Amino acid sequence: MYKYNDFDHAFLAERNRQFRAQVERRIDGALTEDEFKPLRLMNGLYLQLHAYMLRVAIPYGTLNPDQMRALALLAEKWDKGYGHFTTRQNIQYNWPKLKDVPDMLDALAEVNLHAIQTSGNTIRNVTADHFAGAAADEIEDPRPIAELIRQWSTDHPEFQFMGRKFKIAVSGAANDRAVLKAHDLAVKIVRNDAGELGYQVLVGGGLGRTPMIGKVLNDFVAADDLLPYIESVISVWNQYGRRDNKYKARIKITVHEMGLEKIRELTDARFEQVRPTFGGADQALFQDIKRHFAAPEFRSGGTEAFDAAYDSDPVFRAWADTNLAAHKAPGHAIVTISIKKHGATPGDATAAQMREMADIAEEFAYGELRISHEQNVILPHVHKNDLPAIHARLKAADLATANIGLISDIIACPGMDYCALATARSIPVAQEIATRFEDLKMEHDVGHLQIKISGCINACGHHHVGHIGILGLDRAGVENYQITLGGDATETAAIGTRTGPGFAYDEIVPAVERIVETYLEQRESAEEEFLQTYRRVGMEPFKAALYPAADKKVA
Amino acid sequence: MARAFTPKVVTANDLLEGDVIYLTAAGGWTRVLEEAELIVDEAEAQLRLLEAQSQPQVAVGAYLADAQAGETGPEPTHFREAFRRTGPSNYRHGKQEAAANV
Repeated sequence: MYKYNDFDHAFLAERNRQFRAQVERRIDGALTEDEFKPLRLMNGLYLQLHAYMLRVAIPYGTLNPDQMRALALLAEKWDKGYGHFTTRQNIQYNWPKLKDVPDMLDALAEVNLHAIQTSGNTIRNVTADHFAGAAADEIEDPRPIAELIRQWSTDHPEFQFMGRKFKIAVSGAANDRAVLKAHDLAVKIVRNDAGELGYQVLVGGGLGRTPMIGKVLNDFVAADDLLPYIESVISVWNQYGRRDNKYKARIKITVHEMGLEKIRELTDARFEQVRPTFGGADQALFQDIKRHFAAPEFRSGGTEAFDAAYDSDPVFRAWADTNLAAHKAPGHAIVTISIKKHGATPGDATAAQMREMADIAEEFAYGELRISHEQNVILPHVHKNDLPAIHARLKAADLATANIGLISDIIACPGMDYCALATARSIPVAQEIATRFEDLKMEHDVGHLQIKISGCINACGHHHVGHIGILGLDRAGVENYQITLGGDATETAAIGTRTGPGFAYDEIVPAVERIVETYLEQRESAEEEFLQTYRRVGMEPFKAALYPAADKKVA
Repeated sequence: MARAFTPKVVTANDLLEGDVIYLTAAGGWTRVLEEAELIVDEAEAQLRLLEAQSQPQVAVGAYLADAQAGETGPEPTHFREAFRRTGPSNYRHGKQEAAANV
């Protein structure tokens, strides 16, 4: 993975020194809150319901063991012993004190981590396929592009005070695991008919109050044109995007209002101006970055230990069946460690768990860890013979939940338990759904079913693209939950459709249960997944199950 | 017709700790909602809010929150303020943790 050079170290040290001085000036009264707020936000520091919240970037979701240990240190020393992994591959600390934040940032800088541009109207932390560099279906590791964009966008003077934030995701695989189509801009590595590598660029995706599926702006951008092309797109949006209304400021609205063709035309014209200003330094840097992402030397050898455990240990088998994914190297697998134990807060890991995952990665997994937007932790490279030992260690650390892709592997934003913007809680809803289906022992029978929960319209919990999406709202001073069905976060991305009126807090879990029961009745076979059944039968059977009285009235 | 004024408390977050604070009748700050001043007059509420906003070294983001008179002092009328008074529901952190340690 990328190693900081002297420039990176000096840049971060200077930035942290500046922020330390800004905090001091705020405390001694030289800065007002209005002056300080944009400065703290540029360094990832929010003020939430009960406390400050520090959002630390995990660039493209990649961590080494020492970085994971630093995250554990922050949790233990300056927080309440845990951290919250988010849907944008960041980690959030919910309880820091203002005076401690500069020390936290210095501790992060020691392991090349920071909180820069995790907030504010800037280019945010670039997210990537969490299986990048490991997946069997990948054309090329997309993380060098993400690192290139990170370096280029960090403190980029043109893009520090835009009309709104700008989120970029990258992937190099056929299967979209990075929710590319829900991003302002997405880069997908592709091969053209001549076999050359290049990039498909999508724009105008986004969730929030106006959900939009991203559209292809350019089918094939040549490898050395990517950075000037991205700069052109953002530059066009920065000029034409609306600044009169923050709800209409994102590029999805610009694309929607001006039309994709017009945006393409403006981008092409801007590209003609921008391209010559890139003298090739970006490509030299890109080649250097690529070297940092070379795959490890994968071990060879048989998988007897894995096969024996798989045949003899049903608990191991259940875990292997749900939590492993196909790796590009023979004898290897990708492990997803579930941070979704039934009844626990989705995405929360304790300092001890972080340290254990760091140790496991160091001992067995070529020293690599990833954070997924689904709020789980990935060991991207594991030889299958090490899996029984890893599983035993994970079990002891309460990290061996076998539920990846199942109904209890829920994405949930912090909601009104922490977030100042939230209109309702999401964490307890996730906890109760997971506990309920665990009690029913149904989830393995139900199979692949993604529930995504947001505690407000801003959709950090990606509810629009959940197979079952839940949106918590404030209806006349009471929590109320709207349900959407049929959302899809993959390459076949779709926005879910609302079922109808919302449900009270104590009605939402039974409502989800009725949806699942309806699916089980309607599916043609155990192989037909929830989304396939929904697409085949449509909304009606689910509506009938959710609103039986209304159904009768109509009849 | 203008809507009838409902009682308010002045609340904010503490600059250093970040936690929830309330303005008292004496013009100081408390971390306990019951000890806050319940303001029943609209003009008075605006004045008290201005006083709070003039203390940027203590209070961040001061605003008027709906409240009602309870047996031991002001009580929240909306669930958001109820959560701010106690803390999150997934862990016993925040004010409920402090209360448990008394």
